[in-house]
Amino acid sequence: MNALVGATRKLKGVDVAITNLTKIYQTRDGNDLRALDPVSIAITPGQFVAIVGPSGCGKSTLLSLVAGISPRTSGTILIDGQEVRRPHPKVGVVFQTDLLLYWRTVIDNILLPIEIKGWDRTRYTARADDLLAQVGLGGFAQKFPSELSGGMRQRVAICRALVQEPGLLLMDEPFGALDALTREQMISDLQTMWLSVKNTVMFITHSIEEAVFLADRVLVMSPRPGRIDIDLHIQIERPRSWKSRLESKFVEYMTQIHEIFEARGVLTNS
Amino acid sequence: MTHTEISDQKHQERRQRRKRRNVRLLVESLAAPTVAIIVLALWQFGVPLLGLSAFILPTPLQIVERIGTDYRLLLNNTLVTLVETLAGFAIAAVGGVITAFAIFYSRLFERAVYPLLVAMQTIPKVALAPLLVLYLGYDFAPKCFLAFLLAYFPVVIATVVGLKALDKGMVDLVRSMGANEWQTFIKIRLPAALPNIFGGLKVAVSLAVIGAVIGEYVAAERGLGYLQLQASSQFDTTLSFASLIIIAAIGVVTFWAIELVERRAVFQREAAK
Repeated sequence: MNALVGATRKLKGVDVAITNLTKIYQTRDGNDLRALDPVSIAITPGQFVAIVGPSGCGKSTLLSLVAGISPRTSGTILIDGQEVRRPHPKVGVVFQTDLLLYWRTVIDNILLPIEIKGWDRTRYTARADDLLAQVGLGGFAQKFPSELSGGMRQRVAICRALVQEPGLLLMDEPFGALDALTREQMISDLQTMWLSVKNTVMFITHSIEEAVFLADRVLVMSPRPGRIDIDLHIQIERPRSWKSRLESKFVEYMTQIHEIFEARGVLTNS
Repeated sequence: MTHTEISDQKHQERRQRRKRRNVRLLVESLAAPTVAIIVLALWQFGVPLLGLSAFILPTPLQIVERIGTDYRLLLNNTLVTLVETLAGFAIAAVGGVITAFAIFYSRLFERAVYPLLVAMQTIPKVALAPLLVLYLGYDFAPKCFLAFLLAYFPVVIATVVGLKALDKGMVDLVRSMGANEWQTFIKIRLPAALPNIFGGLKVAVSLAVIGAVIGEYVAAERGLGYLQLQASSQFDTTLSFASLIIIAAIGVVTFWAIELVERRAVFQREAAK
């Protein structure tokens, strides 16, 4: 097989530079809704950054701005040195729900971005098959989404994002809709997968534990209007296992984030 | 008990379960034909028992016999009605889908046209038939137009609803891949709306048959509606029934044809579940 399209080939992560990014929505009655206060984030290539915050803090807004599917109000976003004005070709997105097209087979769903970008389908079919095998869905290429479980569907959605060989992978609470046990497995699998490709990841979540487990860096966002409260570098060795969660460092990071949420009134002690 | 005995027993149980399931499916599939046969039998034997003449109520066999003897007359008129129906339906299908796209993509068009369409829908279109004869004459045109008029609205509504029902996340998804609006339409919007569109088409084709026949009732020299009216005026109830049955058959066959196309074109969401 062509080494260029091998699934485990390392991807070239891109850097992301966000400066003074804001987003103001117009509400129905004409008022301004500040969804995002000036936010600046610099991400180096190959970094796994988790952004954790309460519901409605603007973290999903931030992601859609970086994805280029929603216009920003002010500020700049540079991906790989290029200003984001439309969806950047080196970016793949995984959404909260799998958003698989029910009328397409698994393989056709994965190849959707290839079709849209007008790339050579046959060339990427091998890569799609590799990705499927890697997420444990080897024999499922010709199945329809309705034949898969929730966890399997989200795996397919991840394959669909990775088939475009994105230098930056954006994930918007990708495991939020899954049950706790499936989620546990997905988190661990995502780590394995990411360690094999090592691209840049922006991972949005509302789970503190998920963030600390997966990320090199955790950015904590405060309630609306969103801004970054702390920037935590997670120094726990990879690959991390469930046992890592018992390490004192892990607990320390979790405590730190908890304390911020308490200070901001997101979490209260009864 | 040995291992093989257990697996034998399991095997047998499974076979029995499958058998029971097959029996149930067979019974279910025979339910409708059985009811139909009972109704027809009651009709066939009830008519002489009640002493009704063919002039009041012909028996099913008499009607079938009549279809056999007059098949040439019926066939000629069937073709007339069928062509009117299909022409009206085709225009309604294409026009309806295009209107729906315009409504979906242009807010102004929606504001300008949608209320009028709804208002138009409240007009009893049967009442338009005499006027259509005045404007379009006695021939093909008013029937075709009436068929179109009845069929158009359900296509528009179903298509608009189908287009609007799309999960906005899907649009974000393809946008994030760099899709333009044309790609979004072809890859997402249209396939997602197809089940609705076909639903509308199925309603529309039945209505198109009604439109064509009503057009023939008002003023015509050919067609099943005309034939039926002629038969009734001559107290030929059997021929009237024969025409009626063929009109119904046109409805069933066209509906079924669309369903056939649908099955090939649309992935059934439920089918795989």
